[in-house]
Amino acid sequence: MKRLVLASLLLILAPAAARAAEPSYTLIIEKHRFQPNEITVPADKKVRLLIENRDDTPEEFDSHDLNREKVMMGNTKATVFIGPLKPGRYKFQGEFHADTAQGVIVAK
Amino acid sequence: MLATAVIVFREVLEAALIIGIIAAATRTIPASRRWLAGGLLAGLCGAGLIAAFADAIGNLADGIGQELLNAIILGVAVLMLAWHNIWMSSHGAALAANAKAVGSDIRDGRSECSIILVIVGLAVLREGSETVLFLYGIAASGETGKLSMLTGGAAGVLAGAALGYLVYGGLLRIPLRWFFSATAVLVLMLAAGMASQAARFLIQADLLPSLATPLWDTSAVLPDDGVLGMLLHSLIGYDSRPSGMQLVFYVATLLAIGAGMLWVSRAHRAHKA
Repeated sequence: MKRLVLASLLLILAPAAARAAEPSYTLIIEKHRFQPNEITVPADKKVRLLIENRDDTPEEFDSHDLNREKVMMGNTKATVFIGPLKPGRYKFQGEFHADTAQGVIVAK
Repeated sequence: MLATAVIVFREVLEAALIIGIIAAATRTIPASRRWLAGGLLAGLCGAGLIAAFADAIGNLADGIGQELLNAIILGVAVLMLAWHNIWMSSHGAALAANAKAVGSDIRDGRSECSIILVIVGLAVLREGSETVLFLYGIAASGETGKLSMLTGGAAGVLAGAALGYLVYGGLLRIPLRWFFSATAVLVLMLAAGMASQAARFLIQADLLPSLATPLWDTSAVLPDDGVLGMLLHSLIGYDSRPSGMQLVFYVATLLAIGAGMLWVSRAHRAHKA
């Protein structure tokens, strides 16, 4: 039992300790568009996305390709961890303004 | 207007399906309807509150408050569904055979009723808060065609509710001797799917390793955003690109609840004999 508790603690704390090591990329949402709308990230590596919503309206960062979704209020920042990704193109969108808020992450 | 309707429909769908299944699964329990309505109301109020405090919640715990909250809501819902299913596997048949069961069955039924309230409330809470935020965004942006977008929102809610009702009506047509097994399997899959979603939020927050990402990719055959993919996602937790950890959560939940049901129904039968 003790070993189990220790193991689960390690499981929870280990990623937190390793957090500083991930490469980090910033996406800005402005006027319902992503800036930049294409990011190249290393493949086979966990990556941290910093998303900054500079619009006054809420937005939902949404990607079926990346299997991620996160609701953001207006004028807030958010962190989303993605990957490790196989090489390829991964589309994402702002679901609340999908006609303009489109982008793609390229894993190389 | 159509775009708004589609987004709202997508958010409402999951809650509507859950309510439809739970309404069918608990139809033999006295006063279950009142508790269902109570859960709906509580969930709507909660959704408004979460939307109002979305900013503060999002900033909690280094910006992963939203993921934590979603994972906790899903985790509690899984526990409640597990409890419901295990309880039904011993009392469901008896309740069906004798709708006016006396004594302990009614007492048990009462605690089961508060479970209905929690399950429905949490489903509405989770999906509702995103809908509220989305509609609030439209209202706040002052863009043209506000009215048509709000009409679209209403249409989306109605379409989602209609589908939930369709599931409910369909389930009621199942002959009684299959009915309890059918709803039990549905609730079991519902719970496993929610556990997998909870895992996904914890991975997104970097609190759990993803193991393999993705474990498989069926997005070309059955995309997540297609109608069938969306339905299967809500009903059995289908994911076209799941991570390994999601599957671990899915299978573990399936096994744990299944074992609990088996154990309780065996003990119940032995007790009767």
